[in-house]
Amino acid sequence: MADKIKAKEVLFNPLSKNNPVVVQILGICSVLAVTAKLEPSIVMGVSVIAVLAFANVIISLLRNTIPTNIRIIVQLVVVAGLVVIVDQVLKAYAYDASKQLSVFIGLIITNCILMGRLEAFAMANKPWPSFLDGVGNGIGYAVILVIVGFFRELLGSGTLLGYQVIPQSFYNAGYVNNGLMILPPMALILVACIIWVQRSYNKDLQED
Amino acid sequence: MIFAYFLGMCSFIAVSKNVKTAFGLGVAVTFMLVVTLPVNYLLQTYVLSAGALSWLGPEYADVDLSFLSLIMFIAVIASMTQLVEMTVEKYSPALYSSLGIFLPLIAVNCAILGGSLFMQQRDFPSVWTAVCAGGGWGLGWLLAITAIAAIRERLATYSNIPKPLRGVGITFILTALMGIAFMSFLGIKI
Repeated sequence: MADKIKAKEVLFNPLSKNNPVVVQILGICSVLAVTAKLEPSIVMGVSVIAVLAFANVIISLLRNTIPTNIRIIVQLVVVAGLVVIVDQVLKAYAYDASKQLSVFIGLIITNCILMGRLEAFAMANKPWPSFLDGVGNGIGYAVILVIVGFFRELLGSGTLLGYQVIPQSFYNAGYVNNGLMILPPMALILVACIIWVQRSYNKDLQED
Repeated sequence: MIFAYFLGMCSFIAVSKNVKTAFGLGVAVTFMLVVTLPVNYLLQTYVLSAGALSWLGPEYADVDLSFLSLIMFIAVIASMTQLVEMTVEKYSPALYSSLGIFLPLIAVNCAILGGSLFMQQRDFPSVWTAVCAGGGWGLGWLLAITAIAAIRERLATYSNIPKPLRGVGITFILTALMGIAFMSFLGIKI
């Protein structure tokens, strides 16, 4: 019973209470860079979930055999291997998305969420909870990516997933796409708004 | 690196609470960039790119190892970080203890791997370009993080930020504003 409750916590905490982007402050670079449109955000989110879940499992299986002073190198090599696989899969099946994501798929290797969770969780826990932790954190990260991508694409280009959403009549009446939304700084401000909303509800997350 | 490409954000936001540690981290990142970029450049030119292995013999001219580049770059960066950590610990224990946990954390700083990947994308002409690019990118990162740390140190005394925004939230907004300001540099052609 205690195991089951713990598994639920491990899976659901990262969605809000311990969200990797807005609470743990990990994975920021990619949130800024890939969320200009919704489709790359979704592709990136799914890739990170896959890499994080499997990396967590592999490191958790190896955790008792890695010597302490080279553990960072081992973790990085495992993650790098998984990212190369994901990169090749994306190039094969979703070429347009992978072109838009360019170097940022490679940068999943240095995505702080991966190193952070590997160090903090996978090195000290069994494979199944590590897998759940990986999936949970990946989904938490993907949720933030989708929210930011949604607003940036909607307000910045008037489209969603490529389909024109804002009707032409709005444009004729004088509505203009907010060009600033396409630029990375707006992603920072959107994340700040998400943090604002979240911390207004969860008073214990506020700092001084 | 920070305000144009938005790389190296995580440690930027997490570490910028006071100027001394921010500066220390900035120096460490610059040093790592200056060291790893030339090594990765040599790796890229002589081992990894298409036809690069032809110096071993003409039968190797078809070999294209570029799919290995991510792993090789990361391995270089991680080993360099370990090496630098050991050297600093041996020759300057004071510096080592003041940098503390930040030295190993640099291995995962997106700015370092990002620098190598940009170098690969842009085809630098020589090793010296790689060294200069590393120095330039690193110094830019250093300036950015020191500036934000300086602002954050003063925030508590001079302003009244709503509680949910304090700490991380306002740093995000500040970085965004500074980023927008830096965009004014995009139109300058030297």
